[in-house]
This record gives sequence, structure tokens and C-alpha cells, in this order.
Amino acid sequence: MTNFKATVHVSLRSGIADPQGLTIERALPALGYTGVSGVRVGKLIEFGLDASDATEAESKVGEMCERLLANTVIESYTLSIVDESEDLAGRES
Amino acid sequence: MTARVGIVVFPGSNCELDCERSFERLGASTEFVWHDDNTLPDVDIVVLPGGFAHGDYLRTGALARFSPIMHSVAEHAAAGKLLIGICNGFQVLCEAGLLPGALRKNEGLKFLCKWTELRVEVPGTPFTARAERGQLLRIPINHFEGNWYADPDTVARMRANHQIVLRYVKNPNGSLDGVAGISNERGNVLGLMPHPERACESLLGSEDGAVIIGSMLDHVMHMQPSPAGV
Repeated sequence: MTNFKATVHVSLRSGIADPQGLTIERALPALGYTGVSGVRVGKLIEFGLDASDATEAESKVGEMCERLLANTVIESYTLSIVDESEDLAGRES
Repeated sequence: MTARVGIVVFPGSNCELDCERSFERLGASTEFVWHDDNTLPDVDIVVLPGGFAHGDYLRTGALARFSPIMHSVAEHAAAGKLLIGICNGFQVLCEAGLLPGALRKNEGLKFLCKWTELRVEVPGTPFTARAERGQLLRIPINHFEGNWYADPDTVARMRANHQIVLRYVKNPNGSLDGVAGISNERGNVLGLMPHPERACESLLGSEDGAVIIGSMLDHVMHMQPSPAGV
């Protein structure tokens, strides 16, 4: 078993109006930031997950997204799986 | 003979007492059912009341659909019995897949607590039998996520199947097609954002909620088999 770090981004599907994103998009120019477009507000969900390999971890997290973490009627998601031990080794070398 | 009503209470529900009072005033007997129970008592109608089930964490209704009682609630609906989800209860029914679509944050990002006028688009359902087509009902809303959405194919199918039962006269929250309340394909499950249980006494400003609740009780009484020998 390896402990993976899962990161899931959930946001409203493209084509579904995001009133929070629009409000932020209108607020930024007021602070002098011009040229901002396409602001979308979503959720970031992180957790550790024990799995035998990355493929298994990815398929489990995908299932969690479909069943709970996202409501696919209105939301889409992206997920990433990182092997924490490899990540750590990478940083140490 | 009285209709028996089970009102499911989740941690965070807060409209169960209003439901109890309104259903009982209209002649039903009610009992509360804790969300952690595995089976419903012997009831004719199940109510998922408003509130903030499980704190609305993650999404409204997202965690409530996994409460143990929901298996039994789904079986109740599958048996053709009446199930109504009011406000947060509507959100739970959508998350549970017992009704189509989903509820988004209100357009304008405001929590809305106000009176609304609803138009009965489909009379003759178990929830609207006491109404006439186009009848206006004055019933309050009290929500942040009441902006209903479903994909175009689903909406077209629902329209053809007369599942868009209640529409706002003046859309308060951006809900697609002005939807205030919808039913499932079979017509025995209704979800609506407005609170009929808060509009059953003239002292509270309207008795129009009794049209919906009373229709449900009528339906149950009509479905009751006659006692043997009568």
C-alpha cells in the first residue's frame, strides 16, 4: 500500500453561470487589475488515500467524485494523484 | 381514518415543527423519523422538511442523501406513495436522484426570505388536486440555493411529461424556466423551494399552502381501501 495525496478541484460546469466568479470579475478592475476574464470559483478538496498503485487511487477518487464530491448535473471536476513518498524523495535528491 | 405522515428529521432540519402543525391542522397524524433510523414507520406520506441537513456541508443535500433512512424513503417513493421535499428537502431529493436537476446558488447571491406568488401549472396531481390550472398561490420562500437547473433534454422531457408543476409568477432566484416545484416522472414525488407549511393559517398571511398539503391528504384518503363490508 502506498499513501497517495489526492487533490480534487470542483467547479460549476462551463456554460453554467457562476455568479461568484462574475462578481469577482467585476471587482478586480476596481482595484486596477484590467484584462481579467473567465473567473470561476470552485472548491479544492485534498486528502490522503491508501492504494496499491496510482491507477487504483485514481479510479477510487474518480468514483468518489461521481458519487459525492461533485454533483455532475451542475459541476465538473479534475483530480490529481501524487505519490507522497516519491514526491518527498524527489525533493530530497 | 387519517392520513399518516412521517416527517424525516436530519441534524440541521428546522422546519419539522411547522410541517407537523400544518399537516395535523389539516387532519393528518404525524410522527418524526430520525435520519439515522433504517426503516420508516407505516406512513402514507413522507415529508423531507426544510433546514440545513448535515450543515449543508459540501453541497445542500449532498450528505443527507446518504443518511440511513434514505433507502427506506426511496422504497416508499418506488412503491408509488407520496413524498414531498420542501426547500432543503427538495435539495436532498435532487441529490438523491429522486427528482431531476440540481439547485444552484440564487442568481444575485442573496439569501431570499420573502413572499412569492406561484402559478399552478399542472392541476390534478396528488399535490395540486385542490387547485385549478393557473391558480395563484401565495407561499413564502426562504433559501440561498433555490436556483433550479437541469440540462435542456431533461427539461424538454419534463415539460412533455407535465412535471413542471409550480412556477414563480416573478422569478426570484434565476431558477431555470421559473421553476418553483417539480415532480418525478410518475408524479408521486414533489420537490419545491417555497414553504407551504408556513402558509396554512390566515394569521400567518396566507392559507394557500393548504391547497398543496390538503391535496396530498385528499389523495391518501381516496387511495384508502374501503373497510371490509362497507
